[in-house]
Amino acid sequence: MKSLLATLALTTALTLPGLAMARPVSMTTTLNNYGGDGAYLALYVTDASGAYVGSLWMAGGKSKYYEHLTDWYRATGGDTAQVNGITGASVGAGRTFEITLDLADALFDAGYTLHIDAAVEDMRDSPNEVAIPLTTSGAGTPVNGRRYVAQFAYDM
Amino acid sequence: MIRAIHRWPGLLALALVTVLALSGAALSVFPAAERLSAPQPAAGLTVAALAERIQAAYPGVQQIRRSPSGRITAYWFDKGAPGAAVIDPATGKGMASADPNNLERWLTSLHRSLFLGDGGRIAMATGAAAMLVLSLSGAALVARRTGGWRHWFAHLRGPLAARLHVEVARIAVFGLVLSSTTALWMTASTFDLVPTGVEIPSPIAEVSGETGAALVMMPTLGGTPVAELRELSFPYPDDARDVFTLKTDRGIGYLDQGTGALLGWSDMTGWDRVSETIYMLHTGQGAATLGLVLGLMALGVPIMGATGALIWLAGRRGRPRIRGNQPAARADTILLVGSEGGSTWGFAATLHAALMDAGQSVHVGPMSGFAPERYTGAKRIIVLAATYGDGVAPASAKGFLDRMKAAGRAPRVPLAVLGFGDRSFPAYCGFAHAVVAAVQAKGWPELMPLDTVDRQSPQDFARWGQALGEALGLDLKLSHQPIVPKAGKLTLVLRRDYGAEVQALTAILRFALPPVSLWQWLTGTGFARFKAGDLIGVMPEGSAVPRLYSLASSRLDGFIEIVVKKHPGGLCSGLLTALEPGDSVTAFLRRNPGFRPGRGSAPLILIGAGTGIGPLAGFVRDNKRHRPVHLFFGMRHEDSDFLYREELFDWQDTGHLSRLVPAVSRAARPEYVQDALRRDSGQIAALIGAGARVMVCGGRDMASGVADALAEILAPTGLTPAVLKSEGRYVEDVY
Repeated sequence: MKSLLATLALTTALTLPGLAMARPVSMTTTLNNYGGDGAYLALYVTDASGAYVGSLWMAGGKSKYYEHLTDWYRATGGDTAQVNGITGASVGAGRTFEITLDLADALFDAGYTLHIDAAVEDMRDSPNEVAIPLTTSGAGTPVNGRRYVAQFAYDM
Repeated sequence: MIRAIHRWPGLLALALVTVLALSGAALSVFPAAERLSAPQPAAGLTVAALAERIQAAYPGVQQIRRSPSGRITAYWFDKGAPGAAVIDPATGKGMASADPNNLERWLTSLHRSLFLGDGGRIAMATGAAAMLVLSLSGAALVARRTGGWRHWFAHLRGPLAARLHVEVARIAVFGLVLSSTTALWMTASTFDLVPTGVEIPSPIAEVSGETGAALVMMPTLGGTPVAELRELSFPYPDDARDVFTLKTDRGIGYLDQGTGALLGWSDMTGWDRVSETIYMLHTGQGAATLGLVLGLMALGVPIMGATGALIWLAGRRGRPRIRGNQPAARADTILLVGSEGGSTWGFAATLHAALMDAGQSVHVGPMSGFAPERYTGAKRIIVLAATYGDGVAPASAKGFLDRMKAAGRAPRVPLAVLGFGDRSFPAYCGFAHAVVAAVQAKGWPELMPLDTVDRQSPQDFARWGQALGEALGLDLKLSHQPIVPKAGKLTLVLRRDYGAEVQALTAILRFALPPVSLWQWLTGTGFARFKAGDLIGVMPEGSAVPRLYSLASSRLDGFIEIVVKKHPGGLCSGLLTALEPGDSVTAFLRRNPGFRPGRGSAPLILIGAGTGIGPLAGFVRDNKRHRPVHLFFGMRHEDSDFLYREELFDWQDTGHLSRLVPAVSRAARPEYVQDALRRDSGQIAALIGAGARVMVCGGRDMASGVADALAEILAPTGLTPAVLKSEGRYVEDVY
């Protein structure tokens, strides 16, 4: 129970809309034409030790498929409360998906890493598809994903 | 009630259910194809050995998956580029592409959601629910029609569309119930309405931080046969804290990449197993044969949809509008109708119109609406009662008997019952008899004794109408025309006369085939398709009631042949027996699918007298496969009315006919067919015991004599004509 409360507190700390200690960060994810159904994507953050801190976004609405976002699922135990209110539709092959969130300043240049787990029906699961350190200098520099994500970048 | 529950979802969801069934049937092929193409691992191969082989071929291997079909797929990274292949377990090397099949993906999306996302999923789930309702209500209807669940596979008769509908249904219903229930469960699971979710192994023991243990040294992998493997994920390279994840049929666990030790394990939960089993039953993945069977059964849905729509249309067309119907309280004649398919309503409309013409005020209503307290002005009640299945009340008469019993003292209003049925069923007019028994038990006065109409015969109906007219002191002419099909013009090409010596002119009339339109060819209507035993209807001038004659030929014979006996004063038989070659007559075709020899090689016992020889001779002529046929033919005089004499002897020589037993009633030793049967009782009993089919054609008295004789012959074997009839092995065409 204690750990759950701590996680919730952290999750809330990740996004702080309208406060001075936060800034809008837009994240752009472009998918490959991998030739399959829409991809489920989980965007979440780990700390310097690799421990899960909180989720930023879940693209994909059917919780019965979340187990295929294996790292996220293992870290959260499949707890859908982690993505309550920050869940959208899955992303089609070849599409670009963009979100803007108010992220706490404290997340940058402090050893935090943003991860994307991806999964597509009847195709292989791809946990840790993208792993990118959150730094002010890294903003605007695109990185390539492993299998489904062609390119990911965050701007602020 | 059940019929309405069956009809409306059926018509409304027809398109949806058809799409579901066709796409489902197409999808059922994939698991079977995958099962056949996937090489199965050698017995005793462990996950450790398999993983080592694959790692040797693909050093960057990330994940190994085994599908329920046994197909093994590996995913790897090679210099940063992802790769995947279907693996041959014997070598560990790739043998085929692992990309998903685009057609299967397209079909799955269509089947699951019509490409419309969640809205489409709900629509398709509604379709599945409709399928379930249709299956259950349909099963209840089949049980009712065949006379109970124990008679589920009883022999069926009747028009092709209705028969096909039930034939397909009673096999396919099992698959459809399974597929639709599992579909509903899967949709519920997609929308989180049933619990799902995989257990995560509870606290993972501390990882060692070491790397590089050999796969074969990991006891858990070495102890797991490939047959139990679901998925093995490798740790990320250069991440010493990551672990091996192993999923098997039993559960999920993590392995240390340095020591090979099992760091945590959780068994699959009961819910997971339920979900998985349901998934397997629905998709056939892991049960390919079952999948194919379900797919085949799903193919029955479009057939049932088409025949169901035809049955509904035919029922609608068969139920005419009743004009000028009077309120029950003011009518002097109450006409109650018990109809299943709607044809009895047609007779009711004819009777209603005739009584109105005769100056009566008539109320027509369903028997289920029986309410004697409302019939304040009634002078008589007339009940037209069809029978459903094994003597059960038809749809529009449900509850009639209960209302009758519940009604108070019988009013002094006389009542008449006319039963409609098919004499070839054992419970002929069974419901009408039950109604009469209830009427008599109530002490209700009878207007006239029970009479019956066999197979919608307009003649039977007209005869009863005459009797009714006499009872009421009215001039009542009932000329009922069910639905007269499009008639064609038949030109006589040949006639052969018999019976002149016994003052009973009988003629075999052969007509040329009339021209058939393209539409008739396509739909098999009119004279495009007919068999011996079907009927042609001839409408004599000055009469609205067609006379029916049994056909003695099939379409393939290239001509239309009937046998007609001239009745003194007979309008139609007089017309036909006066035809000379070149003359023509207008006639239509009516199918008689209940009177066919059927397929198979079981012996046939054909029994006929007089003109009843017609269709039987047609069966013998068509017997090109030389099925054993025993023909008992009753005639008056061997020299004068031995119809088809030359042909019958020829057919004996060519093997079309095994045995011919003539029974001559005006001979030195007079004999009727039933006598000939009794004389031959040993062989008849043996033939029937061996599965022979009995077909009787001729006059009513002859047919009942034959039935009595057969009952005697069969008594020692424990069989009865009624049992044979219920099995479809004893059919009659009686006039």
